Amino acid sequence: MSAPQARPRVGLFVTCLVDLYRPTVGFAAIRLLEQAGCQVEVPRAQTCCGQPAYNTGDRATSRDLARGILDAFGGFDYVVVPSGSCGGMLREHLPHLFDDDPNLKARAAALAARSYELVAFLVDVRGVSVVDAAYAGTVTYHDSCAGLRELGVKDQPRRLLGSVAGLRLAEMAEPETCCGFGGTFCVKYPAISTRMVADKTRDIAASGADTLLAGDLGCLLNMAGRLKREASPVRSRHVAEVLAGMTDQVPPIGEARERG
Amino acid sequence: MTQPAFAARVDRALADPDLKRAIERTTGTARSKRAAAVAAWPDFAAARELGRDIKDHVTANLDHYLLTFERNATAAGAIVHWARTAQEACDIVVGICKAAGAASVTRAKSMLGEEIGLPHALADAGIERVETDLAEHIIQLAGDPPSHIVWPALHKTREQVAALFRAHHHDPGALATVAAMVASARRELRRRFMAADVGISGANFLIADTGAVCTVTNEGNAELTTTPPRVHIVTAGIEKLVPSTAHAMSLLRLLVRSATGAEVTQYTTFHCGPRRPGDADGPTAFHIVLVDNGRSRMLAEGLAEMLRCLRCGACLNHCVVFRQIGGHAYGGTYPGPMGAVLTPVLDGLAGTQDLPHACTLNGQCQEVCPVAIPLPTLLRGWRERSWREGLEPGVVRGSLFAWRFLVLRPALYRPATALALRVMRLFARRGWIARMPLAGGWTRHRDLPSPARQTFMAQLRQRRPSA
Repeated sequence: MSAPQARPRVGLFVTCLVDLYRPTVGFAAIRLLEQAGCQVEVPRAQTCCGQPAYNTGDRATSRDLARGILDAFGGFDYVVVPSGSCGGMLREHLPHLFDDDPNLKARAAALAARSYELVAFLVDVRGVSVVDAAYAGTVTYHDSCAGLRELGVKDQPRRLLGSVAGLRLAEMAEPETCCGFGGTFCVKYPAISTRMVADKTRDIAASGADTLLAGDLGCLLNMAGRLKREASPVRSRHVAEVLAGMTDQVPPIGEARERG
Repeated sequence: MTQPAFAARVDRALADPDLKRAIERTTGTARSKRAAAVAAWPDFAAARELGRDIKDHVTANLDHYLLTFERNATAAGAIVHWARTAQEACDIVVGICKAAGAASVTRAKSMLGEEIGLPHALADAGIERVETDLAEHIIQLAGDPPSHIVWPALHKTREQVAALFRAHHHDPGALATVAAMVASARRELRRRFMAADVGISGANFLIADTGAVCTVTNEGNAELTTTPPRVHIVTAGIEKLVPSTAHAMSLLRLLVRSATGAEVTQYTTFHCGPRRPGDADGPTAFHIVLVDNGRSRMLAEGLAEMLRCLRCGACLNHCVVFRQIGGHAYGGTYPGPMGAVLTPVLDGLAGTQDLPHACTLNGQCQEVCPVAIPLPTLLRGWRERSWREGLEPGVVRGSLFAWRFLVLRPALYRPATALALRVMRLFARRGWIARMPLAGGWTRHRDLPSPARQTFMAQLRQRRPSA
């Protein structure tokens, strides 16, 4: 690894789900990136990475969205995403949208090469090995598919979680098996998706953990929603909230909070 | 949103409590054995690249290797036939059987035979067909199609198999153990092997520089199918070609470890021409039917990488969707991820478009594929074609169109999402939405966490007015 750049300008790609469902993850990402010596900006002209269109086969819409992303994020040293799935879209898929346009393809390839999933960026690019956070509990970590297989996110979150005071990690069986979210898959094929997430919540429960962590909000909404329906006591959070030490500022996913 | 036929097959599969148990027994063992075999093979990654390169080289030079194979097989005494379609292939096989005056044929398991509909063609021609692979024997008795490309009877539990044997075998005995069940099948099949006029097999590899056909089995049934009868017919897809025996061995190492986790199959047999003078046994006529059936079209339609497929079944065993619904729900000859790519080729996309969509694109299939087929990319390719051809339902097109309108206009997207949050929160009770219009797909079996009071972007603007 080359020496980290002094104070890189990072464009935070918030993701549509964090924007709508879990703003804390965005603020956790900003805190972690600033602690890692980055200057963080959040371009206003961002909406979605385009996966709903891309994975439905609507290439034209994903291209149109990608052009906007190139304009909004082209000037940053890095683009960081608190999601392996959206990170994978930017890093692995964006350039292929422009296979027939060398000019845009070159711009997309340059952007893709500077795009990272949040935790992988902290560890692999910024050399972060410990975080300043505490969490009293036993957590289990689900490896979201795109982060794992497209971006190689596997050890990085576990390494940083190992530095969280009071936290114990209990691995579930098959942490690398898909939870059944799959974007629009979960609403197009709900019967199959439900069986998949029920197998997953069975493994989560068997791990003995009190908290489920993952790096992707889509998977988390799916698993948390199923845990709730099963009246499970296991709580769900995005890994960034724990790493940023922000768990006291917001209750677990879906838990109502009366104060503040 | 799904095609009614697919939805019905999925519902049937999910309603069968034995099916999940049967699938997990077999695929669970396959997954752990494969993982151990790969872990014990330090050069696996390099072998995988070599395997991929061998297949890609053959695909890029298919014409050359086809003609080389035909020349060498013919020189060894085989009669080579060319079939463009499934129908042509069946006509050729049935024609050979009829010319040989065959009343009974034995068949060693071949997915290509299933693909071209050979069982039906033989039945229509009034020729008795005896399946000799143990699992194929089971599903022939049950009247089922295969549900897995390596373990065709994967969907049957041991108890169900015992019941079938008891009903159909002449001398079933007690059938108390698996060994007793196997012995009963042996007694049943042994006399059929010797009585057959024609034996039909598939091929794992067609070896261009010798003209030989290589089959791998664990039961020895392929040898008993192809040796005693007067006539041996091989049906093989043209993608089975390899340049030489050495190349076949490189691929065999990948195939067997990926399929069962073993290092080698019990039987690896090379069939090269008919019985020669002085041979103790073997067929007097040896036919090879080379089948295209859409394969050359795959080359032209961006699916060339799929022609690498060795039919090992690893992508099925590791597919989370297959593990829930099993093979029959796919409705084609080939199930699982590889089937979701191939079935639209064989049966047409209209009517099968659910297959490439009923996938979470989690990438595990590609990860375990011994020849690195980019299955998620190929599945996404079918989705793009389905979209272009207007096969997606109106409700999907409509929602995507509305979504497109907003996400391409950030200035409009911000107030629209703010409004959506307010509306959605009306349905939330203590942080969760248990039911909401248009969200039944989600909320029937899951709760939906309530969205935030304010979007991240709105909160950020309050905290950082300059942002």
